[in-house]
Amino acid sequence: MPVEFELVTPERLVVSTPVEMVVVPGSEGNFGVLPGHAPFISTLRPGTVDIYDAARTITRRIFVGGGLAEVTPERCTVLADEAMPPEALDRAALDAELTEVEGNLPMLREQVGQAQGTDRERLAAELSRLERRQAVARAKLQVLGEIGR
Amino acid sequence: MPSLKDLRNRIRSVRSTQKITAAMKMVAASRLRRAQEQAEAARPYAGRMERVLASLASGMAGMPGAPPLLAGTGRDDVHMLVVATSDRGLAGGFNASILREARRRIRDLDNSGKTVKILTIGRKGRDSLRRDYGRLIHDSLTEIGRRGVAFEEARDIAQRLLALYAAGEFDVATIVFNRFRSAITQIVTVQQLIPFAPSAEQAEAVRASLGGAIYEFEPSEEEILDELLPTNLAVQIYTALLENAASEQGARMTAMDNATRNAGEMIDRLTLNYNRTRQAVITKELIEIISGAEAL
Repeated sequence: MPVEFELVTPERLVVSTPVEMVVVPGSEGNFGVLPGHAPFISTLRPGTVDIYDAARTITRRIFVGGGLAEVTPERCTVLADEAMPPEALDRAALDAELTEVEGNLPMLREQVGQAQGTDRERLAAELSRLERRQAVARAKLQVLGEIGR
Repeated sequence: MPSLKDLRNRIRSVRSTQKITAAMKMVAASRLRRAQEQAEAARPYAGRMERVLASLASGMAGMPGAPPLLAGTGRDDVHMLVVATSDRGLAGGFNASILREARRRIRDLDNSGKTVKILTIGRKGRDSLRRDYGRLIHDSLTEIGRRGVAFEEARDIAQRLLALYAAGEFDVATIVFNRFRSAITQIVTVQQLIPFAPSAEQAEAVRASLGGAIYEFEPSEEEILDELLPTNLAVQIYTALLENAASEQGARMTAMDNATRNAGEMIDRLTLNYNRTRQAVITKELIEIISGAEAL
């Protein structure tokens, strides 16, 4: 009896299919979901969701940029912030983004250190957003490396 | 009695108006289809998010140390009202119905001694509320969803609200928008955004579906909630904006359809009038000629 797997982003339902096994990048480590898994909710880190068939080979990989997974014995639902096939990633664009983000980070960190009150909170929020972008871009580049491009 | 020339001009002007309204109707119809598809595509995420959140929130709600987005600030003094309207008019009663409800709420809250702050989305809401409640308007956003609503836009609005909430600028946030039922019917909806209010029956349904089993959490329940509540706020705003976009196009389509039909009726009436007048002129001329001939 396979697991009902669903991958949704705010924009659309990306995948909805029964699978033999799926490996999800949880924020505290990857976890595999087989039928009969205990009820479980975990946040995600940027990485790939891998769908396996009965022969335990990967039939499909999808990059997710973070989010949440809900697992019950029959179902596995991934709520992703963004999702795309690894082939859609563009190394040049990612390199550019990473350079830009990492260029801004030191200055912002310094500003957070000096600012006071509400200004500080605003800057801290900005910083955490930027750090997230950095993490997502790094994860995307790593995936590109894995699929050998 | 208008002259023949006046009637001709009038018919021509009504006809060109009709052409415009017919074109606007067609544009609205195609945009409506797109907006509706987008709204439908977004539904699975929102639904599942709400389910997960309801099961989490039901366990956390009463506990001390629940995040303020769930438990509230413990006060109910300052209300932030997000009024979502459109940038463009000519959409029938779309904006008027939202603004009527918003005004009613502002009055009610004002009468019961609460402070109201307004965040308007869309040019129409800003222009209309600025006249009566200019001093209450905290900020206004325009050009949202110009090329289809993007989740990024909703997230930005959510970030803004979260920053204000964290700074203690308000205690309760609600959004007023039109929920799309059909091209003819849109329902004005008032939804509380902050603090998050899970529906009891949803939480119950979750518990029933698990058959008494309890979720394990990784990382802890609190950390997941901390991450989930802001995302959920963005999702709720996103859903509201999508519903609003579909409603706007639906309302515009219906309004323009009526306008086209009215213009058609008017053209028919004017044409009849024109033909009658023309015939009267011909008859008059004939009488003049005949009586002139008889007199000879």
